[in-house]
Amino acid sequence: MEPLMAILVGVMFATALYMMLRRSIVKLIIGLILLSNAANLLFFTAAGLERGAPPLIPLDAEGPLGVVADPLPQALILTAIVIAFGVLSFALVLINKAYQVVQADDLDQMKDTDT
Amino acid sequence: MPQVAIPVLLPLLMGAISLALHRHVAAQRWLGVIGTGALLASTLWLLHTVWHEGVVVMHMGDWEAPFGITLVADLLGAIMAVLTGIMGFATAVYSTATTPRGHEHFGHWPLLHLLLAGVAGAFLTGDIFNLYVWFEVMLLASFALLILGGERAQMEGAIKYVTLNLFSSMLFLSAVGITYGLVGTLNMADIAVKLADVDQPGLVTVLAVMYMVSFGIKAAAFPLFFWLPASYHTPPVAVSALFAGLLTKVGVYALYRVFTLIFTHEVDFTHEILLWGAGLTMLTGVLGAAAQFEVRRILSFHIISQIGYMIMGLALFTPLALVGGVFYIAHHIIVKTNLFLVAGAAYRLLGSYELRDLGGLYKHRPFLGFLFLVPALSLAGLPPLSGFLAKFLVIRAGVEEASWGIVFIALLTGLLTLYSMIKIWGEAFWHGTPEHVPERDVAALTGASPDRDLWKLYLPIVGLAALTLFIGLYAQPLYELAEASAKQLLDPQIYIDAVLGEGSS
Repeated sequence: MEPLMAILVGVMFATALYMMLRRSIVKLIIGLILLSNAANLLFFTAAGLERGAPPLIPLDAEGPLGVVADPLPQALILTAIVIAFGVLSFALVLINKAYQVVQADDLDQMKDTDT
Repeated sequence: MPQVAIPVLLPLLMGAISLALHRHVAAQRWLGVIGTGALLASTLWLLHTVWHEGVVVMHMGDWEAPFGITLVADLLGAIMAVLTGIMGFATAVYSTATTPRGHEHFGHWPLLHLLLAGVAGAFLTGDIFNLYVWFEVMLLASFALLILGGERAQMEGAIKYVTLNLFSSMLFLSAVGITYGLVGTLNMADIAVKLADVDQPGLVTVLAVMYMVSFGIKAAAFPLFFWLPASYHTPPVAVSALFAGLLTKVGVYALYRVFTLIFTHEVDFTHEILLWGAGLTMLTGVLGAAAQFEVRRILSFHIISQIGYMIMGLALFTPLALVGGVFYIAHHIIVKTNLFLVAGAAYRLLGSYELRDLGGLYKHRPFLGFLFLVPALSLAGLPPLSGFLAKFLVIRAGVEEASWGIVFIALLTGLLTLYSMIKIWGEAFWHGTPEHVPERDVAALTGASPDRDLWKLYLPIVGLAALTLFIGLYAQPLYELAEASAKQLLDPQIYIDAVLGEGSS
């Protein structure tokens, strides 16, 4: 499972970077979305995959029996997803507004503030 | 001990109350000034406690480290928190007179509080994932502050700012994930202990470089600084001043934390990269500034070059260099914010930030000229101001290490900084008013007549200038603080023992 996930994460990072390097601001946002998902998946994979073993403790036991999945990365990724959702919604509104002001879906038109 | 939680909770609470009062701008203003004042007081209390009792630790929800989230204030964290308080208070007072009314209606004040909460949280957390969360709190607040007003330049600047900062956050998150996979913990003290036993030096070094790149983007270090000069001059000047003082320094702080506590196993490699980065950051920043003719852009580029000195202190990694680095951060935050505030006052009086439109300020407002010279000459490093001592310390550390290249670059950068400051002085203050400039309706441009509430602009400027003079003339207290904090940074065991308890490693 891990090698497959590693390849998937790599492909997602590569796609995200490719999209971010395009001129269109819509593609830029798609790249950012892919990037955040790639980072979450990387976190998930790096923390160790465990299949079909929820971290539940039986009523009469002190701790989990046998090997169980680590719940902490899942909680962390959930946090990261929520944060990324908030930030990306902001970014989406921002490019919409920027499109209205600049009247172009082209990063090359947005160089007034460059030096 | 609760002292360490108050500087984080207080601005969050103030932000929430400000949001509830969104119809009452006057009440929000008062809350802004009082809230940031209280933040300053609480951070001073924290520093006092840390100075007398050592590292202050608080486990959230009473979950023992390393299982819960821990708030930790060592001396560096406490010093940074105090600087956050000072900057928050100064810019809040300044904002009451300069922020356009529309911005206040659309949430300037709640965002200001949230930004301070994010910054204070980042300085005081002892958990690396929590650091990521505080980064995001700070970034979201700064995104919104950056685009309030919705002008074209703001949109364009914000797209670059948002993209590069998100990229850096995602890199940071990936690095945190790999860290967790390697050592199975997120508590920074615990990571430091366990990473020493990890038998994969290659992977650890890759991890170190991932953190370096991620924090390097946030600190605007070479070659990842392009978002900064593209965006920092676009919001109202009080917001620019706060960003200039605090945001990049959060990145610098994170570099200091991670590369003194966690990644000290391969100093020859990581800190060598940092040293090269520092030198190039100084040079590109100061050369970029030399080509600019807009006051805020000149100042933005100087943020970059000054970041180089701070990273140089970390990269040399000797006791004196770290003292110099901490001293430099403290000096720089005060001075840089003050320069932006002076630029805002000049804008209020003449209605422009362009050097070719400015002039004659010294003739009409000699006091403002003096107030500009104090931080400007301090930035360039002239005695007896704070910048002289800060530069002296880091450069002396470079001389002791016989790193002549970086010493030369640091001295050259100082000289070129002086050139830029003299350029602003000559064009905006010393020259007469340029003749070709048509009469501007300054009041219409700035939304207020020049003299209305001018004292509210002068008050924070005078306060910060006095602080600069004080540090320059009586450096002993800050030097002792910086020295003690460098001692803590060089001996990570103090931090680790404070968080995990004695003898745990």
